[in-house]
Amino acid sequence: MTKQLALVIDLNVCVGCHACVTSCKQWNTSGEAGFLSDDNPYGADPTGTFFNRVQTFEVGEFPNTETVHFPKSCLHCEDPPCVPVCPTGASYKRAEDGIVLVDYDKCIGCKYCSWACPYGAREVDEHQKVMKKCTLCVDRIYDAKLPEAERKPACVLACPTSARLFGDIHDPQSAASQAIREQGGYALMPEWGTHPANHYLPRRKTTKHLHPDELERHDNPLKVDGQLPRPAPGEPALDDVTSW
Amino acid sequence: MRPAWSVILLTTLIGAGQGLFLALYAVDAYDAARGQASLAPFFVAAAIAASLALVGAGLLASFFHLGHPERAWRSAAMWRTSWLSREVIALPLFLALVALYGALHWLGSLQGALLAGALAALACAALFVCTGMIYACLKFLQEWHTPLTVTNFVLLGSASGLTAAAALAAWLQPALVRGYVVAALALGALAYLGRLASLRRNARLRPISNLASAIGVKHPRIVQIAQGAMGGSFNTREFFHGRPREVVRAVRWSMLALVFPVPALLLFGGSQSAPVLGAAFLLQYAGLLAERWYFFAEAKHPQNLYYQAIA
Repeated sequence: MTKQLALVIDLNVCVGCHACVTSCKQWNTSGEAGFLSDDNPYGADPTGTFFNRVQTFEVGEFPNTETVHFPKSCLHCEDPPCVPVCPTGASYKRAEDGIVLVDYDKCIGCKYCSWACPYGAREVDEHQKVMKKCTLCVDRIYDAKLPEAERKPACVLACPTSARLFGDIHDPQSAASQAIREQGGYALMPEWGTHPANHYLPRRKTTKHLHPDELERHDNPLKVDGQLPRPAPGEPALDDVTSW
Repeated sequence: MRPAWSVILLTTLIGAGQGLFLALYAVDAYDAARGQASLAPFFVAAAIAASLALVGAGLLASFFHLGHPERAWRSAAMWRTSWLSREVIALPLFLALVALYGALHWLGSLQGALLAGALAALACAALFVCTGMIYACLKFLQEWHTPLTVTNFVLLGSASGLTAAAALAAWLQPALVRGYVVAALALGALAYLGRLASLRRNARLRPISNLASAIGVKHPRIVQIAQGAMGGSFNTREFFHGRPREVVRAVRWSMLALVFPVPALLLFGGSQSAPVLGAAFLLQYAGLLAERWYFFAEAKHPQNLYYQAIA
C-alpha cells in the first residue's frame, strides 16, 4: 500500500498557543521556495500568507460553553478536489507519500484551485503571485542531515502539548493510525467525499460518575453507625481513639 | 465569492461574441440549405470582426485574472481533467476557426466557408460548455453546481449575440433585422426564464456543510471567536463580496430589468434603426455584467464557515 503522510491533531490537547503557526511561518518563509509574504505586519491592517492557522470557536450557550481551539492547514486529501481542476498541472499529489504540493514555477496564479478547496486551505501569495499551501515541511521530513527525531514538520516539533502527531496513516502500526483508530479520529466535512488525510481527535471530557453504592456503605445496609449514641462530653470522642 | 472584473468581462464578452458568430452562421447555413445566398459581404465582415473583437477582448480581460500571465501557455496542459484547461484550448481554437470562416467568406469560397463555419460552431459549443462547466463542476459551490449554470451561459450568450446581430444588421443589412429581432426576443425570453429558474433554485438551497461538520463538533450552536489572523487574509478577500445587502439587491434588480425586459421593449418597438438596436445591445450587456456579478456574489463557499469572525 502506498504511503499517505498526514497530521493528526488532538483538539483535546490543543491549548491555542499558536506555536505551530509561528514555527510553520518561520520554517517555510526561510526555505529555498522563497518567503511567505507579509504586508503591514505592524500596521492597523496586517495580512500575510500562512500555511497554518489556529482558529477558536465557542461551542454551546453560556454558561454551558466550551472553547475549542482548532488548528487548520491543508488536509492533504486522498481525493483532493483542488488537483484535477488545476489547468497547468502545478497542483499535484505526490504518488510516493500523498503530499499535495504546488509547483511554484508552473503556477499561473489563477486561483481556481482555491475555489475548488472546501476548506480554504490555499492562500495566494500577494507578492509572488502563486498559490501556496502546507507542504507538510517536505523540505525537512526527508532531510538526512537532520537527526532522525527532527525529520518532522515544524508545527509538530513546536507543539508544547504534543497535540500534533505526524505519520503514515496507511500504515496501521503508525502512531497516527493508532490514534485515529483508538481515539475516534475524524475527518472534516466528510460530506464532500474528499477523504482528508489529516484527522482530528475529538474533545474528550473526563467525568466522574458516582454510583449510589459508592455513597452508601455496601457492608452496612442498616446504617447502624448513624444510630449509635453520641458520646458523653467527658468520654473520648472518635478523634481520640485513632488507634483503632 | 468575490466577483472579479476580469472573469465577469471574460465570460460576458466571449458569450456575446459566440452568440454573434452563431447568429451569422445560422443565416449562412439557412442560405446554403435553400441554395440562395443572401448575406451582404460587409455585414459578414462586420459581424465576424465584431465577434472576433468581443472574444479577443474577453481573452485579453482573462489575462488580468492571472498572477503570472506570462505563464498562461502552460494552462493548456491538463485538458484531461480541468475544464479551465479545456476552455483555454477551445477559446483560441474558436477564434482561429471564426477567422478562417471570415477569410474564406471574403475570398468567395462559400463551400469552404460553410465547412469552416461548421467547425467554428462546434468549437463555439465546446467553449460554451467549458466556460459553464468551470463553475458547474465545483460541487460544493451549490449555487453553481447545476446544469442551469451551463444552459444559462449558452442562452444568455446567444441572446446577447443575437441582439448585437440585430443592431449590426440594422446598420449594414436591414433585410435581416426582422429575423434577428424575433430570434433575439425568443432567445432572450428563454435565457431570462433560465436565469429565473436558477434564482429560484438557489433561493431554496440548503447548505450541505455547517460549522458542526466544518470543525467536527456535534453541536447546533457554535460561534467563531477568532480566525487566526488579526487583519484579513486571502480567505476573507477572495470568498466574500464584501458589499452591503443594498448593493447586492440593486445589482439583482438591474440584472432582472436589463437582461431582458428593457432590451425587449427596445426590440419590440419595431424600430429598424441601428442606434436603438445598438442601445438595446449595450443595455443588455450591462444587464449581463450585473448578472455575472450577482452570479459570483450569490455563491457561498463552504470555506466561509471558517472565516466568520476576525478578532
